[in-house]
Amino acid sequence: MGDISGYHFQIVAALIFSIGALGVLLRRNMIVMFMSIELMLNAANLSLVAFSREIGNDQGQILAFLVMVVAAVEVAVGLAIIISLVRNRDTVNIEDTSALKW
Amino acid sequence: MATSTVWVSIFLFALVLLAFAPIMTWVERKQSALMQDRIGANRASILGFKALGLIHPLADVIKMITKEDTIPTGAHRFLHLVSPFIAVAPAIISFAVIPYGGTYEMWGAHISLCVADLDYGVLFVFAIGSIATYGSMLAGWAGNNNFGMLGSIRVSAQMISYEVALGITVVGLFMIFGTLRLTDLGVMQQETFRLFGFLEHFGWVAADANWIDWITIPMWGIVLQPLPFFMFLTALMAENKRAPFDTPEGESEIVAGYFIEYSGMKFGLYMMGEWIEVVVIAALLTAMFLGGWSLPWVREADMIAAWTPALGENMANLAAMLLAVHVFLIKVIVLIWFQMLIRWSMPRFRYDQVMNLGWKILLPLSLANIVVTALGILFVQGVTS
Amino acid sequence: MRTALFWIFSLAAVASALGVVGNLRSPINSALSLVVSMLALAGLYVLLEAQFVGLIQVMVYAGAIVVLFLFVIMLLNLRGSGASGAESQPIVKALGALVVVAATLWLARTLSSGRAPWPDVEQGFGTTRAIGEALYTDYVLSVQVAGVLLLAGIVAAVVLAKKKID
Repeated sequence: MGDISGYHFQIVAALIFSIGALGVLLRRNMIVMFMSIELMLNAANLSLVAFSREIGNDQGQILAFLVMVVAAVEVAVGLAIIISLVRNRDTVNIEDTSALKW
Repeated sequence: MATSTVWVSIFLFALVLLAFAPIMTWVERKQSALMQDRIGANRASILGFKALGLIHPLADVIKMITKEDTIPTGAHRFLHLVSPFIAVAPAIISFAVIPYGGTYEMWGAHISLCVADLDYGVLFVFAIGSIATYGSMLAGWAGNNNFGMLGSIRVSAQMISYEVALGITVVGLFMIFGTLRLTDLGVMQQETFRLFGFLEHFGWVAADANWIDWITIPMWGIVLQPLPFFMFLTALMAENKRAPFDTPEGESEIVAGYFIEYSGMKFGLYMMGEWIEVVVIAALLTAMFLGGWSLPWVREADMIAAWTPALGENMANLAAMLLAVHVFLIKVIVLIWFQMLIRWSMPRFRYDQVMNLGWKILLPLSLANIVVTALGILFVQGVTS
Repeated sequence: MRTALFWIFSLAAVASALGVVGNLRSPINSALSLVVSMLALAGLYVLLEAQFVGLIQVMVYAGAIVVLFLFVIMLLNLRGSGASGAESQPIVKALGALVVVAATLWLARTLSSGRAPWPDVEQGFGTTRAIGEALYTDYVLSVQVAGVLLLAGIVAAVVLAKKKID
């Protein structure tokens, strides 16, 4: 595949992961933070699949598949939490739901 | 596959597809007219030449293109512009993996009548189909209209719900054939099996009884998996959002649902998308359940071998190819007719009925079907080994 | 060809990931950027000979997860009420961002040092059959656990999103 090799993919994965981490740190909208977490999970998946290609072993792909299952469950539960929060508090700003922090 | 043969199959495929989409408007009008005891489209004419109303699709297109293209105030302009295309493109793309014939060798060329013969063909159709949800969802949201918004919410819930059932209903078929490649499915469905072969295994008939060998049945998906055929059709029709599953459009409740703010050819694109999807549904069902491009009880390779002495190898292949395409087309047309029949004879479901059908009937039935199919496979393996 | 595709897909993935985080106007726009990112990642998976994972990526992420996001955003009618911005604790946030950027740069530098050539993979690598056989033989316990997790998730989502538990 030309001059493209494993580390290119790893750097893309690292970039996406840190963009996701920045999103979680900087944004206060719960839904956008949640999307940033999805970005981080996806970056991890990309890294797994790239390593699996590099080694020539499909275990990485299976792990990526299982990560997707976990991500799907996480989204279902997380969005349900957000729905009930918005119903009770009428806000998606994470700063307004800090009762458990203290 | 050489590049030239790819172009041949793309050309044939485009020809078939482009011919189908406009004609579907005529088919729909004529069939509804027939079922409601009317005459149907018969007015448009060119120089007094009416051609059974076949000029109407042309008139429709001219009308749609020349209409004013409105963009409502407060709309998200880019999404409003782009979502009709998102709705149509997946329907066209998913045609790429559907085989409308086998592979043929003639005059040194190797012709495969399938644009992209992918290892995971059926999954590809599902994946591409799930993208189509965005076309409908974003349309309702981008138009800045409350009815459109209601339509969006309904369409997203409906399409996600039926995608679950859609995937699980056909698992039984893949358990039997052991492949997701649609061309392999087509070849495997040319085989036959002996209906009463198991009697021989149990010793209930004499070992030299000939009649067992005579009663054979083609291994079509619909024979092996009759219930999933209808469940799959139901789920696909729900994905297509036509009556009786058109609650997202619901003219009597939410005016036109998600495409309420569209006019002109953008509205036409939604209509076109629905009709192309009808053809896709018919083609997919044909490829998976109705034996694809082959005639029942006929193995295509045997047929070509039988014709070769009389016609020569090239002509035999050509004849087999033409036969395959026509058989496929006839099956597709029958299924389109069947879908139209359902569309014009059923009233619209209530929204809760749509959800109940998806989650409480189709999903449990398809899960049960997996178990039953597994038991059946074990039984057949025990009998034949 | 593959090199060009790699650059197209990875640029699209990174740019739209930035779009997810950087779009302050409406969560809908963020969700749409997320779709583009997911589709680009699916393209990268296919480049990595992981066709099945790429397809599942399109089906699960682009086809279901982001649709669920959009569904919730529309259901709650969050048009524009994004509560955006880095208004509170600017110093802490700037420091956090700095740490992330530094870590990324260090990670990229470390990763780019090992340039091993790729081995040729065998014919069946990454196909549905290979993945399916591995999943249902060596990793069958993981599949079972994932199934239980999905069931728990469904029940939890229904209970949490219900208006009134009766």
